[in-house]
Amino acid sequence: MPKYAMVVDQRRCVACMACVVACKKENEVPPGQFRTRVVELVEGEFPRLRMELRSELCNHCDNPPCVYNCPTGASYKAADGMVLLKKHRCVGCKACVASCPYDARYINEEKGFADKCTFCSQRIAEGKQPACVATCIGKSRIFGDLDDPASAVSAALRDNHHEVLLASAGTKPRVFYIKKFGTPE
Amino acid sequence: MKFSRRTFLKASGAAGCSLAAYAALPEKFLLWAEEQGMLKASYVPTFCEICFWKCGAMAKVLNGRVVKLEGNPAHPGARGKLCARGNGGAGLLYDPNRLKTPLIRTGARGEQKYRKATWDEALDLIASKLKRIKAESGPESVALFTHGTPTDHFLPLLFAYGSPNVGMPSFAQCRGPRDVGLELTFGEGIGSPERVDLTRSKVLVLFGSHLGENMHNSQVQDFADALAAGSKLIVVDPRFSIAAGKAHSWLPIRPATDLALMLAWIHVIIKEQLYDKAYLDSYATGFAELAEAVSDCTPEWAAKETDLSAESIVETARLLGHNAPNVCIHPGRHATWYGDDVQRSRAIGILAALLGSWGREGGYFLATRSSLPKLEGKPFPEPVKAPLNLGNFPFAGAEGVTQEIRRATLTGEPYPIKGWIVTGTNLMKAMPNQKETVEAINKLDLLVVVDVMPTDTAMMADVILPECTYLERHDALAVGKGRSLSISLRQPALQPLYDSKPGWWIAKQIANRLDLGDYFPWQTLEEKIQAQCALWGVNYQELKKVGTITIPDSANPYITADAPAEFKTGSGKIELYSKELKEKGFDPVPRYTRHPGPRPGEFRLVYGRSPVHTFSRTANNPELHELYPENEVWINSGKAKELGVKNGEYVVLVNQDGVRSNRIKAKVTQRIRTDCVYVVHGFGAASKGLSRAFAKGADDQGMITRYAVDPICGSTGMHVNFVRVEKEGVHA
Repeated sequence: MPKYAMVVDQRRCVACMACVVACKKENEVPPGQFRTRVVELVEGEFPRLRMELRSELCNHCDNPPCVYNCPTGASYKAADGMVLLKKHRCVGCKACVASCPYDARYINEEKGFADKCTFCSQRIAEGKQPACVATCIGKSRIFGDLDDPASAVSAALRDNHHEVLLASAGTKPRVFYIKKFGTPE
Repeated sequence: MKFSRRTFLKASGAAGCSLAAYAALPEKFLLWAEEQGMLKASYVPTFCEICFWKCGAMAKVLNGRVVKLEGNPAHPGARGKLCARGNGGAGLLYDPNRLKTPLIRTGARGEQKYRKATWDEALDLIASKLKRIKAESGPESVALFTHGTPTDHFLPLLFAYGSPNVGMPSFAQCRGPRDVGLELTFGEGIGSPERVDLTRSKVLVLFGSHLGENMHNSQVQDFADALAAGSKLIVVDPRFSIAAGKAHSWLPIRPATDLALMLAWIHVIIKEQLYDKAYLDSYATGFAELAEAVSDCTPEWAAKETDLSAESIVETARLLGHNAPNVCIHPGRHATWYGDDVQRSRAIGILAALLGSWGREGGYFLATRSSLPKLEGKPFPEPVKAPLNLGNFPFAGAEGVTQEIRRATLTGEPYPIKGWIVTGTNLMKAMPNQKETVEAINKLDLLVVVDVMPTDTAMMADVILPECTYLERHDALAVGKGRSLSISLRQPALQPLYDSKPGWWIAKQIANRLDLGDYFPWQTLEEKIQAQCALWGVNYQELKKVGTITIPDSANPYITADAPAEFKTGSGKIELYSKELKEKGFDPVPRYTRHPGPRPGEFRLVYGRSPVHTFSRTANNPELHELYPENEVWINSGKAKELGVKNGEYVVLVNQDGVRSNRIKAKVTQRIRTDCVYVVHGFGAASKGLSRAFAKGADDQGMITRYAVDPICGSTGMHVNFVRVEKEGVHA
């Protein structure tokens, strides 16, 4: 069983939003809602400024609060590590939305259930990359199997300093960020 | 539908007992059916038209609907990827605001009142007016304004009709001065896509170019690869762009002084002998004259002009020199800034020559020398009157100088222009000084606009013809002359919606009505494409399946011992000193001119791109509008505080001639100098037919009432307007 993960190499991201549109088209995300976004953070004063561009999405946590807080058992952690949703069991109570520290979930109001990034499981099943990864202009998003030492994600994590978002939340994310040049600490 | 627990139960109950619930959601049903293996999506290869990069795309078609677009892995401009706009291409296809039938104007020009017409009625009307203009004034009195693939159909129509007067905003309002400057230096331009060898650059320089925000698919892929490989990036920009955020050196230059910085770099590189002497000895001429001309362009002098430190100028010059020849100073694309833009492009060319980077790894690679034979057709008639679309500019390009046609339309000199055909360009948003454009249009006997959307320009037309989108039509084969020679096919993913028609059909129909059918001697464009494929030895059936064919062994990217460089200049060498320019009375070596700056209380208006929009073309696209529905005006935090303007608050821009903009949100930020404000181009649509884009954001072109014409090639510098920022509702 593969152990899926994503690496976001922020050095490569140019905030072009191709991932955002591809995701919405692939997954029929309703207007006004997003499964992924790109955040632009700027610090400092002119002309001494520093910028961070950060793609955000569901972290497919190994310790997922959305799953623990789901009262109906709709949210679950699949064997391959993806955090997914049994739509027919969801009652739209928003417990998962409230418990996600990454603001990665939304209620699909047209269909009536909670929704979020699935790493495009439908594409993975066909042997394709998630839509955001496939179209990523900067090749900033990398997807693959952590258990396969030859995979692009394993190589990226082996070679580069990386971190996760809100490590202190204890969620054990499966989305890793390479912010800067440097080898793992 | 707002979700509530009740509606949710209803919907899920219905879905549980029958498929009827899906009837209201046919697309969802189809996706579900696809998941069950009941339906198979097909992928139709074509190429994108949301911008001009022409990326190979695969249209995923499910039961007659384009549900997704993906990059074609075989295409050199896409490499399997599409940008946000390309991903959102179906937003254009299914935009309910599309032009659906031919329309004939019923109100006054600009009143936006039209009635529906049949194709026969609309085409007959156009043909009768074109015949009358030809009889009364001569065929030269009709002009074509065009951009993109429609050009392949309508330019032959114009030439067959007998007029040479074409104007493409892509020249005088965009790339023109860049290409002319490089042609004068190297004997050829940089091409499109630009032949910049970014992935091998050790140092990369961007002047104003904001790659990333300015989205050119394969070039941005290369840019990211270069960054990841640790290339040093120098960004010269008054704004802390996304690219500046990635830079090792951000030089927040005073706008309009770029040429001073370039000349100082040349000065340092010569003074410190950082140039490639062997390369210059072999390939260049005019070094002594160049050295003499820049002898007083010291870093200290440039520092005063540019508002940068002399140290940073010297340091960056040395970085270029020490990494030569693997240095790429990007020549930019939209280069019409200050009216001395050819000379700025020349300065970039001269730097490239000094560093020996033209035709070298990490600099600029050479275009393929391979070419394809032309499919011969009936020769066009020779116009009787001389073209007026080049004005009196000795180096105007064949794409024409749009505002010269506009001027002739207004003045009747050197001869009157009575009819305009406009295809693939929104002139009201592309050309400076809209008032002049409106006055010229009001003088016309005929304005025909062929477009997909009811643009601001379409809404001025006498007859509007609805072209179908790129996903519904064939177009001419796209021959890419980049590193290798490539051929790409545009083919319909589905039949045209509504009563829209392909551009080729429209051009052919007009030609038939003017007894010019011989120039379009095929029934369908596909026939012509097949004939071309046969001529070129390309298997058409294969091309239909793969979308793009790259001709093997057609690349010759670098100067080698076996393939020395050739320069098609007068001297056969790289011209550091240009005799051609000297002969025509221009500076043979670029010379800096100080341009007027903002008066107290004013800001220079600079504009640029968003990665999710192409000009004004995508402002109404529902899928892209969602991400960036209206532009913002970037204003320095300190200045905003002085003016009492808060972030996110609506303000109004008022230019030096008193023209007021639509309201626009203020983006109060540290990311811009105090002497300029910045907006993304293409917003503030005036067409009521664009339900999302209408009056959203400010139209930068409306503020560009003044422009500085480059005397060398006729291009219009448009970064020469100044605005005050007023709080909404406050009238001066």
